[in-house]
Parts: sequence; structure tokens; C-alpha cells
Amino acid sequence: MARKGKKVPEINAASMADIAFLLLIFFLLVTTIDTDKGIIRKLPPMPKGPPPEVEVHDRNVFVVRVNAFDQLMVEGDIISIDDLRKRTKEFILNPYNSPDLAENPQKAIVSLKSDRGTSYDMYIQVQNELTAAYNEIRDEYALQHYGKEYEALPKRLQKEVRKQFPMKISEAEPEETGNQ
Amino acid sequence: MLGQSGKNRARKELPALSTASLPDIIFMLLFFFMVVTVMREKTPLVRTRVPEATEIVRLEKKSWVVYLYIGPPVRTDLYGTAPRIQLNDAFGSIDQIIEFIEHERSQRDERVRPFLTYSLKVDRETSMGIVSDVKQELRKANALKLNYSAVRRKE
Repeated sequence: MARKGKKVPEINAASMADIAFLLLIFFLLVTTIDTDKGIIRKLPPMPKGPPPEVEVHDRNVFVVRVNAFDQLMVEGDIISIDDLRKRTKEFILNPYNSPDLAENPQKAIVSLKSDRGTSYDMYIQVQNELTAAYNEIRDEYALQHYGKEYEALPKRLQKEVRKQFPMKISEAEPEETGNQ
Repeated sequence: MLGQSGKNRARKELPALSTASLPDIIFMLLFFFMVVTVMREKTPLVRTRVPEATEIVRLEKKSWVVYLYIGPPVRTDLYGTAPRIQLNDAFGSIDQIIEFIEHERSQRDERVRPFLTYSLKVDRETSMGIVSDVKQELRKANALKLNYSAVRRKE
């Protein structure tokens, strides 16, 4: 062959890095490693037939109402959102055995009712504070009994703590009251 | 190098730094990002500026999440400002939700169906009326595991 002695010229690979960089930067910009985050809730299943009559003692129900103007009423008092966490904790734990607050944490139920005109932001703030109250209580209990925060506990103990402080948030259908 | 310090050093040349492995390193990074990237497959028709919260939990499996978007339309000139529901790539009405849930379920493996989480991406200025209507529909469709999408509040 005529070509026999000739060497194939080497391909210059210096620009390869540039091309790869270009692609890399494209993907860097496009990538969003944001997994979805939020407040987890479980809805009650649709009742089949009439709802069963459950007797709940008045003192075990913590009534939270939000109206169409995003005002918050807790157990008959109008309070600000900043006090909700404290009030909720006080209700669940009932440190001074007040006859108006929950008999024990297992029986405590939070009843949340909003209005159709309530803003979603306010609703989430209320849900957030209620969750925070439970999380704080669970953390305190876990620290006291197991020396670790709730999140750091093994699954089995977490379940134990949850059993002590079950999060029972009952949501009523929102009412149509104030004009939107 | 120009004969500043001694005769020995002056003649020696530094070997050229080989950049032959540079593309490999860059390709490695490139492949990482290519694998990690999830292209946004849905064009948003509604604005969803989700509320801020502190007690938020990360959703583990992305493929186990079904999204529902509620908020004012992006194109207010065409669709007005009243909040709407977006299911996949189109506006949906309240009574299409059950159908939508069934459709989403049927597309997923039978084993993961009980673990599906329904993530509500709702604009913070929406009123609760439409949200609770959607929640009622989800209950009817037996889609009970909810996530109220939120972003972490910056202290």
C-alpha cells in the first residue's frame, strides 16, 4: 500500500475539555436539586355511612378557629400566631393539671376550623405552629428519657414517643362566613 | 530561569503539565450532573409561590409524588386572576380531580401505589375555599397522604 509508512496524525484533544466544560456548565445551570418539601398531613378517609358518635370531653378539645380576615381564635381568646405554639404546648402537657386543659396528651385533640376566605398562607402558618408544638414536646420528651432528640432516635423509640404524644388534628369543613 | 541561580538549573526545563486527563475529569462531573438533572416536564400555568414554614419534611422519593398546583394563572391577561387548578399540563376543574388521581395511579407500579404522596403546591395568596374543595375530592379518591408544599423560612 502507498499509505503504509505514513502515520495517522494524532487528533488534538485539547479542545475536548472545552466542549465538556460547555456541556457541564449547561447541566449545572439546568439542574435543580430541589426535592419537594412541605408539611405532611393525613386526611381522614371518607366515612361510609353516618359518622360514629364519639364522645370527647370538652376539656380534651383544643379549639382553633381562623376567620376570613386571618384572625386567630383559640379556646375563645383572640391571640396572635406567635402565641399559638405556647398555648398548644400548654394544652397538651397541662403542667399544672388545670381542669380546662387536656386530661393527658393521648386524649388531646386539636380541632382546626378555617373559613373559605382564610388565606392559604395563614392556614399553613397555623398548621406549622401546631406541628412545631408537637415536635417540641416530642423532642423534650425524647431528650429527657433517651438523651437524644426525636429525630435521632431509632424507629422503634420514635414510635414509642409518638404513642405518648399522638398528633391528632381534626379539621372541620371550612365555613362560608365573612365575605371573601 | 534565565540563569539567575546557578548553572545547573538554567539548562533544565520543566516538563509540560499533561492535561490529557482533564477531559476525563470534566466528563465525570458532566455525567454526574446529567444523571442528577431532572428536567422540568410541566410548564406552569399557574403561579405557585408556596408559603414559608419551619416544620417541613423532605419528600424522599420523587417518583412517588403526585403534584397538584393551585394558584392564580400566570397569563392573567388571558385567564383572569381567580385561582385555578392545574392538573398535568392543563387547567382542571374540581370534578376532574378524581379522574386525574386514577390516571396518575394507573401510570405507576402497583407496588408503589399505596405509598403515593399527593403534594399540594398552592400559592400563598389563594383562599382556603378552593383548597378545601380539592381536599374533599382527594378524600373521595382515597388519596389521603398529603403534603402541603412549603419552603424553609429564613430566620
